[in-house]
Amino acid sequence: MEKEYTLGVIVENKSGVLAHIAGLFSGRGFNITGLSVGETENPEYSRMTIVVRGDDKIVEQIKKQLNKFIDVIKVMDLSSVPSVHRELILIKVKATQSKRQEIFQICEVFKGKIVDISHDTLTLEVTGITDKIEALISLLKPYGIIEIARTGRVSISRGFKKGGER
Amino acid sequence: MKISGAQAVVEALRKEKVKVIFGIPGGVIIPLFDVLYDVKDIDVIITRHEQGAIHAADGYARSSGKPGVCLVTSGPGATNIVTGLATAYMDSVPIVALTGQVPTSLIGNDAFQEADTTGITRPITKHNFIVKDPDELVTVMKKAFYIATTGRPGPVLIDLPKDILTAEIEFNYPETIKIPGYNITTKGNPRQIKKVVEAIKKAKRPLVYAGGGVISSNASEELKQFIKKTGMPITLTLMGLGAYPGTEPEFIGMLGMHGTKTANYAVDKCDLLIAIGARFDDRVTGKLSMFAPHARFIHIDIDPASISKNVTIDIPVVGDAKEILKEINRHIDKLDIEDWIKQIEAWKKEHPLTYENDDILRPQYIIERLYELTKGDAIITTEVGQNQMWAAQFYKYTRPRQFITSGGLGTMGFGLPAAIGAQIANPDSLVVDIAGDGSIQMNIQELATIAQEDLPIKVLILNNGYLGMVRQWQEFFYNKRYSGVDLRKRSGGNQKEDKYNYIPDFVKLAEAYNAVGMRIDKKADVDGAIQEALKTKKAVIMDFIINPEENVTPMVPAGAPLHKMISSKEDAENYLLA
Repeated sequence: MEKEYTLGVIVENKSGVLAHIAGLFSGRGFNITGLSVGETENPEYSRMTIVVRGDDKIVEQIKKQLNKFIDVIKVMDLSSVPSVHRELILIKVKATQSKRQEIFQICEVFKGKIVDISHDTLTLEVTGITDKIEALISLLKPYGIIEIARTGRVSISRGFKKGGER
Repeated sequence: MKISGAQAVVEALRKEKVKVIFGIPGGVIIPLFDVLYDVKDIDVIITRHEQGAIHAADGYARSSGKPGVCLVTSGPGATNIVTGLATAYMDSVPIVALTGQVPTSLIGNDAFQEADTTGITRPITKHNFIVKDPDELVTVMKKAFYIATTGRPGPVLIDLPKDILTAEIEFNYPETIKIPGYNITTKGNPRQIKKVVEAIKKAKRPLVYAGGGVISSNASEELKQFIKKTGMPITLTLMGLGAYPGTEPEFIGMLGMHGTKTANYAVDKCDLLIAIGARFDDRVTGKLSMFAPHARFIHIDIDPASISKNVTIDIPVVGDAKEILKEINRHIDKLDIEDWIKQIEAWKKEHPLTYENDDILRPQYIIERLYELTKGDAIITTEVGQNQMWAAQFYKYTRPRQFITSGGLGTMGFGLPAAIGAQIANPDSLVVDIAGDGSIQMNIQELATIAQEDLPIKVLILNNGYLGMVRQWQEFFYNKRYSGVDLRKRSGGNQKEDKYNYIPDFVKLAEAYNAVGMRIDKKADVDGAIQEALKTKKAVIMDFIINPEENVTPMVPAGAPLHKMISSKEDAENYLLA
């Protein structure tokens, strides 16, 4: 059955690695829906959070193929262990004087921040799980969305151990 | 003491016991060739095209088990080895390819002969490096050889900017190396091995399906014990030929698209399939959902990603085939599978590989005679297509590294340069390239390398004036619409001068390259010609004018289940109708 998987991937922090991993997904026809990269506690390594869609078999194959890469240090399946998932969105909406108050309220409900304001726009910063971000977008749509920037998901396992080790 | 980057590369090659390099120089790689000018213990073989260099390095590696080394320049030099890298990657061959690169200060500037070599070759190498810091050079060399030759072997490329080759560096070659993202499991999990042993003991109709991994792991001796102890039948993939002697009674031939009927029937009926160092390629399995429908699957492989990739495996064992077989062999005995063996023997008797035995010069006959006259001892390289399949079917390989062919990628033009590498690695062996007239022309320029190095390679061309395998598909599945496959003169030529209208005249071509050329168009002349060629110390090109529309049979149509084998256009029509 096809569903969404979140993989945490520790890789060597050097040029070409991102291209290599992106190439794996296109070359083997895997379906990637989200990707984010950043440095880790060890500056030699970067951490990628990759969101993929597929069935168990495909995701198993993705994990194995990632593990095969010499620049990949570790692959963690964060869908199979308790994990925290977050995404950040910056969203610029039309905000005429009459609508501003409503948008402020929505922002407050989503525990967001107004990070920019102009005569007829507001820019909101909100973090949360993907569902929350999607809900925000849908609520703001009627006001007129001008521009969206999303980080893609970052995920980390809960508890003391690294990468959901048990 | 500090030495130049170029000298460090050569020192590293010495540390890795490299004896020969195949390559072609060019602008940015001159500093390295300059160092090689004074080097006596590493032979530099200059091919006529970079593709020839990398296939030669590949043939060297496959025939010797040692890594092949290829050295080319930036830009076109590097892009010309792309096909060779992909060939070696698909067949898991250890190669270290060194490519020149423009100086680091020019990278990204669209400099003369610049190409993004690591970007281009990333999906077709096991790993690649670009050295941007001279202090990393030595470690990268060590890593490259380590990665290329361990685990599931494969090609590794190092891109060497010119300024790295001229920089002064300290040469401290590491004895061992640890790469955090590269861990290989060699020893099989004991629990899994126990399950394997139990499954084998319970099986009524077991079948071993072994591939190139057995050869990479040097596990032929262990495989032989495994088969002899249990008495199980064994089929081999194209890449596995030679891993088990083709002359032994347990061997039932190659399986898959052009496998024997016995092997394919056995796969269809077996209740336990033991895959060793093989990867369930589509040319082997046919229709995946109907592959070995009654069997449980055991898969022994060093690459975890190969397991359950195409077929879901019941008992996987990740590790080195040699170690795992050794362990399994300690726990197994003769199996009680008499009925199964009887069935296999009956199939063998009923469905041998055949061809029409008449006066027409047929390729199968030529290869059978080559087998007899070389006493089965030659190293055979092949091109790709019909010639390759006939070479696989009608020559019996008795030892690993005897049959050298481009399996996964199916690279036409592989056989001739691969023969160069094989001959250099095995100077005392007889090396024969079994070729088609189409394939041989894809790297025909390497006849010059053969002449320059004075190699006694024998080239056996099965000349049908066609790109024969495509023609065969067109005959079977496209109503004989021979589109794009006829290699003869369009005008029909001058029948008086040249009764075959074939291009080129391979006999004259042989002479141009200081080799001996022969043309054979009669069955009766086959033995004499081969014997004469074997006596000749020089390279020989034997141009066999074969039956133009000879087919490779049996054949499993692409996407059909293995037991649906066809042998003719009529069979194909019936198959397509059904």
